[in-house]
Amino acid sequence: MLDEHLLSDPSDEPTSHSRKKTVAASRRAFLKATAAAGGGMLLSLHLLDFIGAAIADEAQDAFVKVTAYVSITPDNVVTIMAKNPEIGQGVKTMLPMLVAEELDVDWSQVRTQQADLNPALYGNQHAGGSTSTPQNWDPLRRAGAAARQMLVTAAARRWNVAESECETGSGQVRHTPSGRTLTYGALAADAAALPVPDLRSVKLKDPKNYKIIGHSIPGVDSPLVVKGEPLFGIDTVVPDMQYAVFQKCPVFAGKFVRANLDEIKTMPGVRQVFVVKGGSNLAGLMPGVAVVADSWWHADKARRKLDIQWDEGPTSRQSSAGFAQQAAAFGAKAPEHSLRNDGDVAAALGSAAKVVEANYSYPFIAHAPLEPMNCTARVQDGKVELWAPTQNPEPGRKLVAQTLGIDEKNIVVHMTRCGGGFGRRLMTDYMAEAAWIAKEAGVPIKLLWTRADDMQHDFYRPGGFHFLKAGLDSGGKVAAWQQHFVSYGRGGKFAPSADLSPDTFPAKRVPNLSFGASLIPLGVPTGPLRAPGDNALAFVFQSFIDELAHAAGKDPLQFQIDLLGKDELLPGKGAGFNTARARGCLEKVRDVSGWGKRALPERTGLGVAVYYSHLGYFAEVVEAAVADDGQIKINKVWAAGDIGSHVINPTAAINMSQGAILDGFAEALHQQITIEGGRAIQSNFDTFPLLRMAQAAPIEVHFVQSNNSPTGLGEPPLPAAIPALCNAIFAATGKRIRSLPIDTALLKV
Amino acid sequence: MQFTLEVNGRNHTVDVDADTPLLWVLRDAIDLKGTKFGCGAGLCGACTVHVDGAPMRSCSLPISNVGKAAVTTIEGVGGTPVGERLQKAWLDVDVVQCGYCQAGQIMTAAALLTRMPAPSDDDIVSAMNGNICRCGTYLRIHEAVKQAAKTDLGSAATGKRS
Repeated sequence: MLDEHLLSDPSDEPTSHSRKKTVAASRRAFLKATAAAGGGMLLSLHLLDFIGAAIADEAQDAFVKVTAYVSITPDNVVTIMAKNPEIGQGVKTMLPMLVAEELDVDWSQVRTQQADLNPALYGNQHAGGSTSTPQNWDPLRRAGAAARQMLVTAAARRWNVAESECETGSGQVRHTPSGRTLTYGALAADAAALPVPDLRSVKLKDPKNYKIIGHSIPGVDSPLVVKGEPLFGIDTVVPDMQYAVFQKCPVFAGKFVRANLDEIKTMPGVRQVFVVKGGSNLAGLMPGVAVVADSWWHADKARRKLDIQWDEGPTSRQSSAGFAQQAAAFGAKAPEHSLRNDGDVAAALGSAAKVVEANYSYPFIAHAPLEPMNCTARVQDGKVELWAPTQNPEPGRKLVAQTLGIDEKNIVVHMTRCGGGFGRRLMTDYMAEAAWIAKEAGVPIKLLWTRADDMQHDFYRPGGFHFLKAGLDSGGKVAAWQQHFVSYGRGGKFAPSADLSPDTFPAKRVPNLSFGASLIPLGVPTGPLRAPGDNALAFVFQSFIDELAHAAGKDPLQFQIDLLGKDELLPGKGAGFNTARARGCLEKVRDVSGWGKRALPERTGLGVAVYYSHLGYFAEVVEAAVADDGQIKINKVWAAGDIGSHVINPTAAINMSQGAILDGFAEALHQQITIEGGRAIQSNFDTFPLLRMAQAAPIEVHFVQSNNSPTGLGEPPLPAAIPALCNAIFAATGKRIRSLPIDTALLKV
Repeated sequence: MQFTLEVNGRNHTVDVDADTPLLWVLRDAIDLKGTKFGCGAGLCGACTVHVDGAPMRSCSLPISNVGKAAVTTIEGVGGTPVGERLQKAWLDVDVVQCGYCQAGQIMTAAALLTRMPAPSDDDIVSAMNGNICRCGTYLRIHEAVKQAAKTDLGSAATGKRS
């Protein structure tokens, strides 16, 4: 199904190049590989066709543009295109590092430039699923090596010597026998006229000679950030721009009936007020009222005077309390759907030496990136130009095309730096809104949401309910595991990001195991939040495994290692679940945290968890102290991660790991979106708190190097943080956290 | 209504409603985009500026209340020794992830170090606790504030500070 969906219309890709057919064909091959491989190396290799075609096209365009990725000026400054959206994950620095390494230049020579959306040239340009590293590690190094090869060829021809007598370094080609040198800048024009070598056969460096990969490079935009230079979507200004706000029904999928539009039109600064009919796709343009004014303040002030009558529709009968009641009813019965059934769970539970039963639940959560949703749009003469802080520019363009009835080839998307993403900006509803309002208004507009708009019109991390039962044999081994997941969806189909993979660990490690699901129909939009699925499931699985360890009277960390069993690649998401890599992380975190070797004060405990997420492995130990009044203090965190053979940019990797772990703590300690009357009731950071500095515990991050191609880091460190904290609280207090966010009242002495 | 306000040492005359928050005057009337909108309710600190040296949430400060006070924003704070040291420390420590909150963080830190050149760890936490970093760069923000403060003590030791 994935195949079909992705392959439906690749030939619609806009491209100004004569090789449209080749590019489309390459893209088809690439997408097929994506679907088949589900990530990792195979995918990277197929991307090569694609990049090869793009580079060949672009090489003819401009004389200093050596390839699509590399431009060189005569003074030897090298500009490398950053293909993917920057959301704080550091790809505007990291992806060009890959090109620069194999191009063999010094980083001080390098400038990076954000590419516009041009998948015909750059392939996949999204920021999500920790995919930038695994998808680009091989192709971008080869793209750099190809440009280097072209520069060497140009130099050898200039000198009339053999290429084999030439070497490179610091952006120069050197003829070794004679000692002559030429800068890349002096060779760029010649090189650009050469054919691009086959990316498969270009020579890559021996990793021991890396000068950039594996070395800490500060963020390329940081000097501008600390001076407050305009960088973000919200900072966009275009000539004759006006400002827009958009009021939608607070109840999801509600429809517009009537409003005091005439009154609003007379308010100061207001230029236009109009109804947007919209549709019924929650991820697209929904009904509402647009206010366009000469300043954002005027637009928003007028919007606050809107008196709108809505037809709230059936979702208005939905609530978090109602969901919990439905879940309890489902939990008392057998699951509607079987996801996995190994062995004979009922018999194994019947003969178990000890049975442990527990129910877990977690709430809806908002993404709350600090930069509210916004997009600037200009629609003129049948063409659309968008300046969008987006993680997903290509589907965004497609949505705008569908919404406005304008061909994608007439839509340009400029990707701005994003003030956080966390998955929210994978959805592109706000791009469709901005484009529609600009078209209707007939002037360029900047649409900017308020914080309440953002929090109340999110695609939430879905809540969920798990009814678990496990049996231990007389030796304390897990003999049976029964899990009934009450989630959201309908017609046997999970709501977005509300699913459970049948391969989830400890599948294949417990002989009698069943996963089943029942689905509550949901009118509230859901979607991927950083480490989608895993950010909730890790809490359930890793907490319950910890319960079993304690029930078995075993050390929880050793129990985890024992449960992983022999070193093996088990079926699982992405490349599969490698038990050896998980064990390696557990052993590392055991050693660095002093697990089992330190005496701790009363009501202080250590908790451990391990999780595989988005091709990366993380084991984490949390030391938490719980005061008599139930307040939790996280004293220290140790994290051990295996993301492959290289940590490309260590400073960013450590920063992001720490941030992801703190993000997990924020979810565990504070966050929930409550649905009442079909709407989200939280509206700002007073009711939906984010973590603050006082709660930021010291976090030691260690990387376990393994012989695997490097993978991403945006998501993998997050999931284990939540159960590690909850397990530490159990160690400190004997109280098991089975519902999030943590209710500290339960932890009082 | 017309208001004349002093921002980063320069006078600007703007024609806005009296209830317009300073944030929107800075961003949209004066085109200083460094000060950021995060919550509109004084909860996140992304919009922090100095008003006569005191850190203020510009999203909740009407222009009519600013009067003749001197406003300093992230675009101007680098012109002060404390601001310059902080910006350097931010880069040395490589604090930034998405960067959206960092202008507000630096402005709050600058007010702290101006008032208290050698803050303790607890002083730093209590001063900075009102500024949210959604990416969770708190450990590095803390480190950068300490580093900037230490640089100051260094210059104090050589007699540069009164």
